[in-house]
Amino acid sequence: MAVKKPGFRNRLGLILGLGAALGVLLVPPLLGRYPTYLATTTLMLAVFSVGFNLLFGYTGLLSFGHAAFYALGAYVCAKVLLAYPSLILGLLAGVGAAGVGALVIGFLSVRQTRIYFSMLTLAFGMMVHSIVWKWREVTGGDDGLVGIVRPNLDLGFVEINLNRPENFYYFTAVILLASIFLMHRVVNSPFGLVLQAIRDSETRAAFCGIPVRRYRLAAFVISGLYAGLAGSFVAPLERAVTPVYAHWTFSAEPVLATLLGGINSFLGPVVGAVLFRLLKEVVVRYTEYWQLALGIVVVVLVLGFRGGVVSVVGGWVGPWLGRGEPRFVQKVAPEPPGQGAAR
Amino acid sequence: MTVENLIFQGLIGLSLAMYLWLVSAGLTLAFGVLGVLNFAHGSLYMVGAYLAYTLYGRLGFDFGVSVVLAVLTVGVLGAVMERLLFRPMYRLDTAFQLILTFGLVLIFSDLAKLIWGGLFVIPPVPAVFQGTVPVLGRSFPVYNIFVIGAGILVAGVMGLVLERTWWGKTVRAAAADREMAAALGLNISRVFVLVFAAAAMLAGLGGAFSIPVRVVDPGTGTALIVQAFIITVIGGLGNLRGAFVGSLLVGVLSAYGTLLFPVFELFIIYLLMAVVLLVKPEGLFGR
Repeated sequence: MAVKKPGFRNRLGLILGLGAALGVLLVPPLLGRYPTYLATTTLMLAVFSVGFNLLFGYTGLLSFGHAAFYALGAYVCAKVLLAYPSLILGLLAGVGAAGVGALVIGFLSVRQTRIYFSMLTLAFGMMVHSIVWKWREVTGGDDGLVGIVRPNLDLGFVEINLNRPENFYYFTAVILLASIFLMHRVVNSPFGLVLQAIRDSETRAAFCGIPVRRYRLAAFVISGLYAGLAGSFVAPLERAVTPVYAHWTFSAEPVLATLLGGINSFLGPVVGAVLFRLLKEVVVRYTEYWQLALGIVVVVLVLGFRGGVVSVVGGWVGPWLGRGEPRFVQKVAPEPPGQGAAR
Repeated sequence: MTVENLIFQGLIGLSLAMYLWLVSAGLTLAFGVLGVLNFAHGSLYMVGAYLAYTLYGRLGFDFGVSVVLAVLTVGVLGAVMERLLFRPMYRLDTAFQLILTFGLVLIFSDLAKLIWGGLFVIPPVPAVFQGTVPVLGRSFPVYNIFVIGAGILVAGVMGLVLERTWWGKTVRAAAADREMAAALGLNISRVFVLVFAAAAMLAGLGGAFSIPVRVVDPGTGTALIVQAFIITVIGGLGNLRGAFVGSLLVGVLSAYGTLLFPVFELFIIYLLMAVVLLVKPEGLFGR
């Protein structure tokens, strides 16, 4: 085993990080309007997925109902913007609504685990969807809400015009960076370690005196807040919100993005969000059957590369970075069947 | 709302329930034995429907022949899926199983668009089943009666096979404890492939039967699987009797729902699902 050269490793990491930051900064001037819009949606998907992976990758719970919180954020932000044009207020209200929703739905959902948890979140998510779909007076029914204003971002000392796509994009980038930073603090805190302990063995964690449900609920709410944040951005960006955002198939987007990037790596969901959008853009150039391509990618990933792109690429360049194997791998052998249900 | 109307609407719900039952039966069987909750099970219904449509509606085959051919093809498809895709998955976390089968949903739905795409015409009801019978002063289609009968027949046959035959005993043994069953000399991998093929055929049968009366499109798989999930959850995951009662419940409830409370029909069904999961996760009819 060769002696690690931390200096080299740090320098390479720094170069990679700076390169990524430069790449993010250069999207609007180099690529133009439509790619900038596309990149903005990618950043939002990244926020959604980063939050989602706290629950999936770190806590071991697969939710099929996170579209509900995305939709809550989107609709509440839209309602606020329709009534009073203040972006900050709209975003705060959207995130707050998603948080309250996640608290209620999460409180009930974390009573179950494994498949039962997935089914519960699916049921609650679809309840929200059916409300959004049918409560025409408030949500606009299947038409959704349209004509949402996109106010300037008023920071007190300066006002930023978000009707310029590059401004909106940079604003989203700042939010994503802040979200990543916060999540990094969360997963590396004692709280984050407890979540991983629960994922690896619920029984042991409970034996150590950890209130498992309360921790799961906290993870659920945080990931719901992230979903709501991503959703709140969609209202001023698209200037319309539709019930699709609440449908369970929409919940699959962060699932697939996270899987694509890698559930075991902190930045996997971000990489995955970028790859997810890129894949779609490239495939739809050639064929309208992009779901077919996505489906095949999903099957190949699950059967062969469950660590996602980050861990595959990490396996190649890892030695260069002075890293060995991935730090942890999602547990493979499930608990004996029949558990989880009967408790 | 008169009593006659209520009963009539119940009959309509009953025929709807039979399609749901055929899908949920396969889903339940596959989950009970293989332990995999298959998102793509609704897509197998869709494939059965499209195949029957092509054979019967386009190529002019006899309806019975079309149904048999469609069901057999879906069965073979199921066997191939089990061998190639599900087998490496059994040792994985359930989350990955859900995601993989969701990937299959995407593939099936786009393949359907690719192969069948475009507009869809509902072919005529086969001559044998044309016409209506008077029920409480209104006319009820003969075809619906046929579907109700067929669904109940399938339930009866499944019950008999599982409870009374050597094959049923084998399947129940594999469901109860696959390692012990294997240790006692059962060829578990053959049981798995046959059970999954049978489960796929049930879904295919539902799809094939639906062709003269219900529209099928590439989104059918996703729409149906959620209903099948609701039913299997209400009846108890892996519980066939529960799936049958659950199908009747959801079928009849949706028939009344559209009539009595059209606005919150869906909400009530999802609420029922959530309540069962929270209060009695082994299902309303669980042991």
